[in-house]
Amino acid sequence: MTVHDGVLADLEPRGRAMAGGPVPRAQPLARRRVLVTGATAGLGLALVRELLGRGADVAFVARKADGVVRVAQEFGRSHGVIGDVSNKEDIHRIALQVLGALGGLDILINNASDLGPTPLQLLADTECEDFERALMTNVMGPFRLTKVLLGSLAAAARETGGAVVLNVSSDAAVTPYARWGAYGASKAALHHLTRIWEQELASSNIRFISLDPGDMDTAMHAAAVPDADIASLKRPEAAAREVADVIAAALQDSSSAIGVPHVAEGA
Amino acid sequence: MIAASEPVQRRPDAKLLLIRSGGSIEHWPRSALASLLRPGDLVVANDAATLPASLFGTHLPTGRSIEVRLASRGSLDPAKVNCFFAVLFGTGDFRIRTEDRPSPPAVAPGDRLQLGPLHATVESLQDHPRLMLLRFDGSAHDIWAGFARHGKPIQYAHVNAPLALWDTWTPIAGNPVAFEPPSAGFALSWDMLGSMTQRGVQFATLTHSAGLSSTGDAQLDARLPFDEPYRIPASTAEAIARAKARGARTVAVGTTVVRALEHAAVDGHVTSGIGVATQRIGHATRLRVVDAVLSGTHEKGTSHYELLRAFVSMGTLTRMEQQLESHGYRTHEFGDSILVEKAIVSAVF
Repeated sequence: MTVHDGVLADLEPRGRAMAGGPVPRAQPLARRRVLVTGATAGLGLALVRELLGRGADVAFVARKADGVVRVAQEFGRSHGVIGDVSNKEDIHRIALQVLGALGGLDILINNASDLGPTPLQLLADTECEDFERALMTNVMGPFRLTKVLLGSLAAAARETGGAVVLNVSSDAAVTPYARWGAYGASKAALHHLTRIWEQELASSNIRFISLDPGDMDTAMHAAAVPDADIASLKRPEAAAREVADVIAAALQDSSSAIGVPHVAEGA
Repeated sequence: MIAASEPVQRRPDAKLLLIRSGGSIEHWPRSALASLLRPGDLVVANDAATLPASLFGTHLPTGRSIEVRLASRGSLDPAKVNCFFAVLFGTGDFRIRTEDRPSPPAVAPGDRLQLGPLHATVESLQDHPRLMLLRFDGSAHDIWAGFARHGKPIQYAHVNAPLALWDTWTPIAGNPVAFEPPSAGFALSWDMLGSMTQRGVQFATLTHSAGLSSTGDAQLDARLPFDEPYRIPASTAEAIARAKARGARTVAVGTTVVRALEHAAVDGHVTSGIGVATQRIGHATRLRVVDAVLSGTHEKGTSHYELLRAFVSMGTLTRMEQQLESHGYRTHEFGDSILVEKAIVSAVF
């Protein structure tokens, strides 16, 4: 699967489309300021490459200094920040460096994920600490980061017509797979969180998207399913293209909504 | 007034003193703010986030402990963070009142400072032994990382516990270019912004690099506010023009917004883009853009207090002070608020 049904429903255009529809921007992501979390491997790394290729200004965050330095060196134009989104103390430090470097933010991609115990365990065998770590990384981290960056995202939406928060979800967020308890429950919470943000901030032109990139050939997938048939897995590069397309479409949708003349000014 | 000593941005019982344009004074719960605005009003807030601008370290030529408080910067450019104006303090920290702090060592141009992971050179002194232009070593990336790791929010003795960075960011904080919080914005919540929208009140932001508010030195304090760069988005300038055109009010959240908008005003129109506010606003200022200001309570003699004289007469401010005192308002950045409408007839009695 790529994008599951609930997500597609979330992406229906909001507001009124103008007659004939908007003219799509050739490069909707050009010069957009983006933060990607968990960006030194797998989908996150592929997203940094894809977004830079589309002309975005990209900052990324990851826990380990050597990984951040390696990725920053590989992509000269990106801004690497060392930090752990599961750690409350790190959130404002990350925001400070990202906003300092980019001068604002249009797009937040909460990609960093924790699988819970590996090898995967039945819930009855899951240590509380492993579950807590998954919740901190997959739920509290995205919540805190979104909250601290909301002022920037709302400012970007007022100035350019739209901003996007994309939370990387999973089919485990909707289907109860045995042995995926910590991960699945945390991703279900993230999925629901995304939908509530979307409800509450509908008028601000910040789009909140929960997106399942599908089963990918990544180190994380190998840790979860060591004997998977790699040929059946999606390349992270392909998933990154799809994620970027979804964000670009959401931005165009938002800017078309704001293209409608402002309503009822004054009294 | 009572000093607000807990770093709580939105106390449920926060108060609001309203000065109507006719000069009457009313008391409201601050939670009622949206209801005191008129449908059609445009509210403009400063969305600057606050830097951890207090850096402890060592003056390398003497080996003495110092605190450097970054005070202002010439630019908002993310890549230009090498140079800051900064005020030097001796040993001790925020727990000692700034005016009681031991003197720092005498510094001279060329002196090296080590501030945690950061290194800096004193480029020049600015007509005062404690006010200097500092140049940090390294790339913008290294400097931001150094601030994130080592910097603390600037803090004063009236708050007892050390502030965390999150205590100083307003709910709408974005670009980290303020040296002290644009604290009038502490009053805003996303729920309040929603209530404003429902009431037909519009909302816009600008980014103003709010500088240091106090140095502990009378001579330096007299030079405040320092020059402050700001950026006004085109969408905000347009919203102000539309508000003017329909005869609606522009309500500034904070004195920094007044300073930026009035600086950017040309013939009553606000120019969008980047500027540096250099002016002082006081009783002689004719306001061209702003019709009302939401602010904290400020002590007589501060530049914030002087700014209010552009809105109302000294007589009204004296009545305000009496009311703030008799009704137990809390002062300082985590305190209660005032909403001051510009007097219809500037009573020059």
